Amino acid sequence: MSEFEPQIVAFFCNWCTFTAADLAGTSRLSYPPNLKIIRVMCTGMVDPKYVTKAFLNGADGVLIGGCWPGDCHYMNGNLKARRRVANLTEVLKQYGIDEQRFWLRWIAASEGTMLKEVADQMTARLKELGPSPLRTIGQMAM
Amino acid sequence: MSKFAQLSFQKDGMNKELAGFFQGMLENGAVEAVLVPMAQAKQGVRLSLVTSAEHTAPVDPFAPIAAVSGAKIASSLTARPSGRKLAMVLRPCEIRAVVELSKLKQVNLDDVLLMSVDCLGRYENTDFAKFQEQGGTSESFLENAQAGKTVTADFDIAGACQICEFPSADNVDLRLAAIGAGNGSVFIEAVTSKGKQALEKSGLQPGAAPAGRDEAVKKLTAARTEARDKKFSELRKEVNSFEALADKLSACINCYNCRVACPVCYCKECVFVTDTFRHTGDQYMLWADQSGALKLPNDTLFYHLVRMTHMSLLCVGCGQCTSACPNDIDLMPLFRTCADKTQARFSYQAGRSLEEEQPMAVFKSDELMEVTGQVK
Repeated sequence: MSEFEPQIVAFFCNWCTFTAADLAGTSRLSYPPNLKIIRVMCTGMVDPKYVTKAFLNGADGVLIGGCWPGDCHYMNGNLKARRRVANLTEVLKQYGIDEQRFWLRWIAASEGTMLKEVADQMTARLKELGPSPLRTIGQMAM
Repeated sequence: MSKFAQLSFQKDGMNKELAGFFQGMLENGAVEAVLVPMAQAKQGVRLSLVTSAEHTAPVDPFAPIAAVSGAKIASSLTARPSGRKLAMVLRPCEIRAVVELSKLKQVNLDDVLLMSVDCLGRYENTDFAKFQEQGGTSESFLENAQAGKTVTADFDIAGACQICEFPSADNVDLRLAAIGAGNGSVFIEAVTSKGKQALEKSGLQPGAAPAGRDEAVKKLTAARTEARDKKFSELRKEVNSFEALADKLSACINCYNCRVACPVCYCKECVFVTDTFRHTGDQYMLWADQSGALKLPNDTLFYHLVRMTHMSLLCVGCGQCTSACPNDIDLMPLFRTCADKTQARFSYQAGRSLEEEQPMAVFKSDELMEVTGQVK
């Protein structure tokens, strides 16, 4: 049987983390193809609904990437995102999705190598954890 | 220091005394209107808006029922204020929801004299009808409930009330205090200067404080807190996975009554009734294709999780969600257990204070460092 390949839905902010992913690409750094990147204008627009829906639809992990505090293109969208992530984590954790599957990371536009590292780490961690518990429930129970 | 005035009465005379008090408040201009639970013509008790001193006779503020959350009514009355001075007589859970709604500018407390009743619990609406049929009155309820007897025939007070640790409300101007007041009397406690002025104007003479009240409230709070913690730990064991959660919600028909009844579900328009959730036939087919079969209506688990994310930070544990469910899903413990976690994360307690900022309304740059675990 082939190795389990986790599906990671990644919400990257246009200004920092998405640019970092671009940089990683142009720098010829290879990172796991498990990330399905969704480009958003700011982490502050990542509605907790998007994350919840991703998990319900079978994502094994969700990664939100944004600018470091103080660097947000919209002043403070990332700080709002951090509060929302903390709140949503408390909700999901009760039913078996915890911080190990739901990451928020600050990755600046210049940090292409960090993007690769985070992608590597998260993919490896999820491989250890195995498929999301939500995968087994299926749409008939939701 | 609080000021107290005692209302003494003979058996079955409590509401008459209370009606006299509200009459006095209206006659002497302490307020121009009172929102207070009142007996309806045939049966049942509902919040009613009284503007005439001659119409206070049916008041029944201690009736163990909250057919809808008074906080929603408070919002209707004050979000676009009338400018008239209004006393609102509400249960502690309703007061806590009012506190949250006021921070959201959906309740305006400018012209409001906030009054609470001591609450030993409420019956579900259908149970309250039975309670009345069996001859139960607010007085008999207060007496029995203080002795720990809330079970009547085959029903008990609502599940939310059995684990509610707030028999007495904070953040009010006046309290109608019945716990520890002794049979044959209730006390009116003026807490704020606004409350004291109103008490003076009502014509009642201030007197001694009820001797046993603090002790009785403390005892009841401790017992209910213990029951609450027991419920939390039972539920956490029972519903510890999405599978268990889906099982718990399997009777859900996506009617969204729970959020209609919820006093702190504050969105003017819920996303679940917008076009975002109006899909094409194609879309449904696609979803069904993905896993072979799709339960309809779909998004049940999604809806409840989103609501947990959205309002559990403000959840006051009133239990109106459970009461409103047409399929008898006991939602309250799910939401309270979740709220316990989310509110703790932000050291917040819904309804505790008018000054504390709601967690999703503020943010700082140097907080919650553990979320990313990164240091620059």
